[in-house]
Amino acid sequence: MSAVTIDQPQTPPSKTFRRRSKFERAISSLGFWRGLAGILVFLVLWEAAAYLKATLDFTIPFFGKLPAPTLVAAAAAEVVVQPGYWWSWVESFKRVLGGFIIAMILGIPFGLALAVNKYFRDVFFPPFEILRPIPPLAWVPASLIFWPTNEMSIIFVTFLGAFFTIVINVLGGARTIDVRYLRAAQSMGANQWHLFSRIILPGTLPSIFTGAAVGMGITWNVVLAAEMVSGGGSQAGGGLGFFIWSSYMGGSMEHIIVGMISIGIAGYLSSALIRWLGERTMPWQRAF
Amino acid sequence: MRPQDFSSGAVATKGAISIRNVTKIYDPDGAQVMAVDNCSMDIAPGEVCMIVGPSGCGKTTLLNAIAGFHSITEGEIILDGVTLCSPKQPLAGQSADRIVVFQNGALFPWKTLAENVAYGPMVQRRWPKAECLERARTALKEAGLGAVVDKYPGEVSSGMARRAEIVRALINDPKVLLLDEPYRAMDALTKQIMHEALLEMYDRTKVTIYFITHDLEEAIFLGDKVYVMTTRPCRVKKVIDINLPRPRDYTTLTTEAFRLLVKEADEAVHEEALKAFKAGEREMA
Ligand SMILES: Nc1ncnc2c1ncn2[C@@H]1O[C@H](COP(=O)(O)OP(=O)(O)OP(=O)(O)O)[C@@H](O)[C@H]1O
Ligand SMILES: [Mg+2]
Repeated sequence: MSAVTIDQPQTPPSKTFRRRSKFERAISSLGFWRGLAGILVFLVLWEAAAYLKATLDFTIPFFGKLPAPTLVAAAAAEVVVQPGYWWSWVESFKRVLGGFIIAMILGIPFGLALAVNKYFRDVFFPPFEILRPIPPLAWVPASLIFWPTNEMSIIFVTFLGAFFTIVINVLGGARTIDVRYLRAAQSMGANQWHLFSRIILPGTLPSIFTGAAVGMGITWNVVLAAEMVSGGGSQAGGGLGFFIWSSYMGGSMEHIIVGMISIGIAGYLSSALIRWLGERTMPWQRAF
Repeated sequence: MRPQDFSSGAVATKGAISIRNVTKIYDPDGAQVMAVDNCSMDIAPGEVCMIVGPSGCGKTTLLNAIAGFHSITEGEIILDGVTLCSPKQPLAGQSADRIVVFQNGALFPWKTLAENVAYGPMVQRRWPKAECLERARTALKEAGLGAVVDKYPGEVSSGMARRAEIVRALINDPKVLLLDEPYRAMDALTKQIMHEALLEMYDRTKVTIYFITHDLEEAIFLGDKVYVMTTRPCRVKKVIDINLPRPRDYTTLTTEAFRLLVKEADEAVHEEALKAFKAGEREMA
């Protein structure tokens, strides 16, 4: 044999070490502890600011009007045992996911069709580009009139928020697939369907997930704003946006902050879900 | 005939390419860039044909015409007696009898090496799916890549990826392998290993090879013939027969015969490179 076997990889020595879980690795990294320290310092300063106001009647700009984090925590403890609070979560999530999933179902094929078919692009891209810059919230009044229920109009506006982002990402991703992949596939005998299903589709997946992540962020923005504007649903729980709004009406700063933090967590969970799905669907991306 | 056919490998029976008076003009209605001008070459079955020439002279253009990626303006290209392209049908049909290995590699990043290699037979429905994968694994093992069959291209070295790409091409049993500077930007050591691996695979398949390179030593080490092309528009300036015995290995590089051939090629290329440079200066002025 010639030298072809020379750089065949030996079993890498790292295999002899125990593989540590993601959690273990996070805990043992310095960055993690610095981050934790940052959050603690922030909370202590915040608490101190509130304390100054209570004792010396001295209001620090920005921080001063906030209730102390301990008070917020107390309010949170009280709120999380009420089913109404969790209904707000359910309501908001239903709307976010509803709009988001419809946007994916319609946006991905639409974006791919724009990318692969010139005639389709010529006809549908111009109107799409005219509608795209309209902020989703500008659609709220029209959709309240157009759709029979509040619920439908909120989902519609949410859908719009994600749809344009997803389409633009899918279109961009599919159009920028390296022509070498297409040529290689064609020269190996791929037909049009193979090119689409085995090259264009997997080649576009990273952009689909980028679009989904950005779209998800926009959806939360839109849902909250729409919930505030429309006053939520008819039931007791009108979503997290309505939760904040009614806390504001009721003059409870603590509850407003609980609502805001809830939204932060909800948004984080949604994007973690998308990241997880992305890693699942695109195992080759883990290599980088 | 090949003087060095004493090796144990297969005997070449297919893959004769005849390029007859081919001319290619890009953008005929506008700028009219003449990339190839009345170029002719005859490549015997199983010949390793190395193409060198100044940058931008039209080597890739010719390769694209053979592969069916671009049309030609005049002339014809014939493969084993079948006309691929002519003025009547300027764009050659694409088919697995001519497979291209690209400059920067074009393994599909979303498939493992085994899936990549199985791709051709799979879309051509040569064998059932499981068998395609099985054969792909075997072929990779034979090329010394057994340990990485289930890795993604992003997880292996560029040398391994490039070797896998040649395996992916050869599993389709092509008549011609078209390589466009496949080992560019590789270090000398990796290149040497690539060359020996390619020669080994060549020995087993005796596929006709059309190989573009800027590296004269590479051209002479691998080739049966080295075609030195003129500066744009592209034509054959000189054909150098490489009569170094096969099998060749790194000791070939230090022989007197090798050195003389490099010198001969270098002189021809240098002359063209100077012309190209002067033409460039003229255009700038
Ligand atoms: N699609 C195109 N349209 C117009 N001109 C082109 C096109 N492709 C290549 N050319 C021109 O044709 C000439 C030959 O290009 P080609 O890519 O064949 O050169 P090359 O010999 O492969 O060069 P290199 O060694 O740099 O790869 C160049 O001057 C290039 O600018
Ligand atoms: Mg080139």
